[in-house]
Amino acid sequence: MSALDLSFFNADLVRQFLWNGFVFSIQLTLVAMAGGILIGTLLALLRLSGRSWLALPAAAYVNTMRSVPLVMVILWFFLLIPFVIGRPLGAEWSAIITFTLFEAAYYSEIMRAGIQSVSRGQVYAGNALGLTYFQTMRLIVLPQAFRNMLPVLLTQTIILFQDTSLVYAIGAYDLLKGFETAGKNFNRPVEAYLLAAAVYFVICYALSSVVKQLQTRIAIAR
Amino acid sequence: MAMIEMKNLSKWYGSFQVLKDCSTRVDRGEVVVVCGPSGSGKSTLIKCVNALERFQQGEVIIDGISVGAPGTDLPRLRARVGMVFQHFELFPHLSIMENLTLGQIRVLGRGADEARDKGVKLLERVGLREQAEKFPGQLSGGQQQRVAIARALAMDPMCMLFDEPTSALDPEMINEVLDVMVELAQEGMTMMCVSHEMGFARKVANRVIFMDRGEIVEDALKEDFFGKPRSERAQQFLSKILHH
Repeated sequence: MSALDLSFFNADLVRQFLWNGFVFSIQLTLVAMAGGILIGTLLALLRLSGRSWLALPAAAYVNTMRSVPLVMVILWFFLLIPFVIGRPLGAEWSAIITFTLFEAAYYSEIMRAGIQSVSRGQVYAGNALGLTYFQTMRLIVLPQAFRNMLPVLLTQTIILFQDTSLVYAIGAYDLLKGFETAGKNFNRPVEAYLLAAAVYFVICYALSSVVKQLQTRIAIAR
Repeated sequence: MAMIEMKNLSKWYGSFQVLKDCSTRVDRGEVVVVCGPSGSGKSTLIKCVNALERFQQGEVIIDGISVGAPGTDLPRLRARVGMVFQHFELFPHLSIMENLTLGQIRVLGRGADEARDKGVKLLERVGLREQAEKFPGQLSGGQQQRVAIARALAMDPMCMLFDEPTSALDPEMINEVLDVMVELAQEGMTMMCVSHEMGFARKVANRVIFMDRGEIVEDALKEDFFGKPRSERAQQFLSKILHH
């Protein structure tokens, strides 16, 4: 067995193999986060609406998504969509839509807890001023729910970023795929995967340090 | 003419009846204090007035509009009824000034400048002009409750509901809030106050309502209530809270 040789790793390689993958991984994370929080918040509102014809479908959606492995959802969506829309959707677009829909289920549970963390008295106060249900939610409850849940939302986003590597299943070109391709080209797969792990570690660890700081800040603000 | 009228109001939580056939009225310019032991339904009763709590039987009429009727535009009606809560319920993510302007802008459709002017005037009135840019968490309980009163007044309400406004306050802060309320009463504001502050009741109330176990046991003019309460339960209650 030969010793590790990292000499193949240089700026040229980053430009040629890694950069596009890195950009896609970040894009996928950001879009799925924004879309997931938006749809997740709507799902949470439906579940808390007190109307079973709204709450039950939302609950069914969330529970289904949370009970199925992500990689299966990625595969199924990729394989099924050509039948539905009549033409294949690229792996990248397929991944973006799948992740958004999948993460929405997780974000919705976080937002549901966040909404419930805002006291009933705040809703009373909003209503008493004459705000409608939606105004009370948008102006009073959701901003507080969002602030209370910010660390948890970010933690979920870190998990989301790690999970983006699962798009290898449909051959989308992400950060991991970039490392893999580079490794193959230089016949250095072990080193390539090792470097990949290091990059994921640095990004995730940095983000979780941010979360830790946020947590103390929010604790102080209360 | 009645500003607030309640007719045979009943409310249940599941099979437990919290309000039993409650009827009373608050006339224009009148100040009515509602007292009674904890768990007697006072807070629930006052929350039924602007339908923050739903009720199953009976009727509440504010300024001629039935609160429980299906066609009633509740947000619009509530906008004209000021309410102050036991735990202040200022919006913690908004500055004091934003707390005061939110309803004016979003509900009454006032412009930002007009709302702000009104906010400044009301903060001056409750003695908190300097605190406008702070956040609720930076104020004492008494200050927060005065802001809450100012927030309700910013909507130019036709009447005010107070739900135990001094119960969550440290003793030394109770008077600064009561002073504001007394002033308001003396200006002729119609007020319904759930409160144990009998000194406040003696000073400004027209009538006192005593509740126990979901029922209005006594509904009397202030002089009669403090002079010779008819019910034994009211006598017991008064002797407990007055003889300290």
